[in-house]
Amino acid sequence: MSAPERDHGTTAVGRPTLELRGVDKSFGAVQVLHDVHLTVYPGKVTALVGDNGAGKSTLIKGIAGIHPFDSGEVEFEGERVTLHSPRDAAKLGIEVVYQDLALADNLDVVQNMFLGRERKRGVLLDEQSMEVAARETLAKLSVRTLKSVRQLVSSLSGGQRQTVAIAKAVLWESKLVILDEPTAALGVAQTRQVLDLVRRLADAGHAVVFITHNMVDVFEVADRVAALYLGRVAADVPIDQVDRTQVIELITSGRSGDLGLSAEDLED
Amino acid sequence: MSSNTLTAAEASGPQKPAAGFEGDRQDNTLGGAVRGYLDKLRGGDLGALPAVLGIITLGILFTVLRPGTFLTPLNLANLAVQATPIIVLAMGLVFVLLLGEIDLSAGVVSGVCSAVLAQVLVQSGFGWPVAVLAAIVTGAVIGMFTGSLVGMVGIPSFVVTLALFLGWQGVTLRLIGQGGTVPVREPVIRALANENLPLAVGWALAVLVAVGYAAIELWRWRAKRARDLAHQPLVLVVLRVVLMAVVVLGVTAILSEDRALSAAVDLAGIPYAIPLVILLLLVVTFVLSRTSFGRHMYAVGGNAEAARRAGINVTRIRVMAFVISSSLAAISGILATSRLSSVTPDAGAGNTLLYAVGAAVIGGTSLFGGRGRARDALLGGLVIAIIANGLGLLGVAAYLNFVITGGVLLLAASVDALARRRAATAR
Repeated sequence: MSAPERDHGTTAVGRPTLELRGVDKSFGAVQVLHDVHLTVYPGKVTALVGDNGAGKSTLIKGIAGIHPFDSGEVEFEGERVTLHSPRDAAKLGIEVVYQDLALADNLDVVQNMFLGRERKRGVLLDEQSMEVAARETLAKLSVRTLKSVRQLVSSLSGGQRQTVAIAKAVLWESKLVILDEPTAALGVAQTRQVLDLVRRLADAGHAVVFITHNMVDVFEVADRVAALYLGRVAADVPIDQVDRTQVIELITSGRSGDLGLSAEDLED
Repeated sequence: MSSNTLTAAEASGPQKPAAGFEGDRQDNTLGGAVRGYLDKLRGGDLGALPAVLGIITLGILFTVLRPGTFLTPLNLANLAVQATPIIVLAMGLVFVLLLGEIDLSAGVVSGVCSAVLAQVLVQSGFGWPVAVLAAIVTGAVIGMFTGSLVGMVGIPSFVVTLALFLGWQGVTLRLIGQGGTVPVREPVIRALANENLPLAVGWALAVLVAVGYAAIELWRWRAKRARDLAHQPLVLVVLRVVLMAVVVLGVTAILSEDRALSAAVDLAGIPYAIPLVILLLLVVTFVLSRTSFGRHMYAVGGNAEAARRAGINVTRIRVMAFVISSSLAAISGILATSRLSSVTPDAGAGNTLLYAVGAAVIGGTSLFGGRGRARDALLGGLVIAIIANGLGLLGVAAYLNFVITGGVLLLAASVDALARRRAATAR
């Protein structure tokens, strides 16, 4: 399925962008994440898979600083860091593109991309420089489907909105871009566009975490796959070491052959 | 398969910024702009169209029904002065409506502020600057209170301001006294609505506005074209500039005619209230469209969660919307006081708020939040004032006046709701 000649992160790719070690998270009496280990590399797409309730959202909200982890170590580019608020995450260069997109329909593409971080000249908004920068970012990602960067977001298709949301994350020199099910609501052609964009993000050197339920998407763009099962990481491996059946087994039962959680982990 | 993706991406390489976004360069003809406008209308964004059509139709209607009186300089000057408190109140409401909130107490807040103005002038004997300042500060504090209840406590604005609608009427009654009327004879306050600019000053201001508008529009157009940014065709810019000049100079010409009923006195010139409204219009437009604060207002109104995630302090924006709304309500109250030369216990009650909400909505501000501009208040306020003025000239019974104005507001709200539905299904 995947092309074996490509470097899928099997070989050492240097310092990981993000490394989680032994991360736990509980909400009240419910422990959602158990001893999570995850490594994310620059220039690689890591697919984060898992069934509903496996803890994918909790994991990314922890990385984004929205629901900080209870315990465990987080290293960002080799440095121990704390992620206590969205601001901490943003400062490090972690950008999250949420499923519900977080775009304002009544603003145009440029206005959305710079929302909350507008460029100014004195008190005036510097519209011209923002428009130029937005257009350059979109062009760098080879986005050609937008007719105008001054279009209102309400007039865009689902794929275009996703594109804008991703471009918004890239605009901020982000090192790690986390995409929460970016293709969930899209048609075939639009999914194609977004997957291409995800690939280009990684090729431009960003570390990309890509949450999805779609196995075709996983094998299409991912370099590595991390499977969550009931709040534990069942596997975090290069994509060429697993096949589709194995990934599905990891998602549904936490084990597949030699891979996956040990028997005592599964008994909890 | 994925390796194909990779090579495809590599082959296309980094794009020159000039590639793509053909819409930003093409459609740059008048025809393209007209098509774009029609698309926008079909998409449900009617903009200023209903208000402009309203002004024209109602103008023609009342001219036909009352040929000798409606379209005279005297009546038009009256109409303009009548419109100023409505326009200013509506301008404040635009901020609140932009967030998808409502301020039912804005009218009576203007009443409280007029009462404060009157009391400071009459009882305390301070000059007009202190009184005006006291009125505006009262408005700001009231807005802070309302905004805190909505933004921080989290009570729906509808309930908060409905409660305050009653509460502030009580305060006005207490300040003015049952059945009493406080006359305001302070010359500067009275002059706002009752005195006119010297003719030469009026013309100078009008020319300044027309030329200034032209200069800004053309300069901006040139800057955008020079940097290859999205811009409108020059014809359209020139048309807008010419239209603005015609309206501004035309209104000045009408108001500069002697409109005195007797030949013995001279009554000509632009009432002071009008440049004040124009100034507020410029300031509010500037804040909303050229500052990050304004941008954040739109963002919170369009998608509060998106704004929050973008790091915008949503609570602060909510509170500020009410502070601005109530402060402008205070200025509206001052204009109303000037027009009546007195403050009554029911100042700002009755149909004041209905008129202002109607003005904003007719002008194109959405009740659902996220869409609205300062000019909406001006255009919508003129429509409302024309209706009130025209029905007055026709001598229509009071009950019919209420029914018609209420009907117009309902109509405007329906247009807003339908346009929104249309925009939602268009996607």
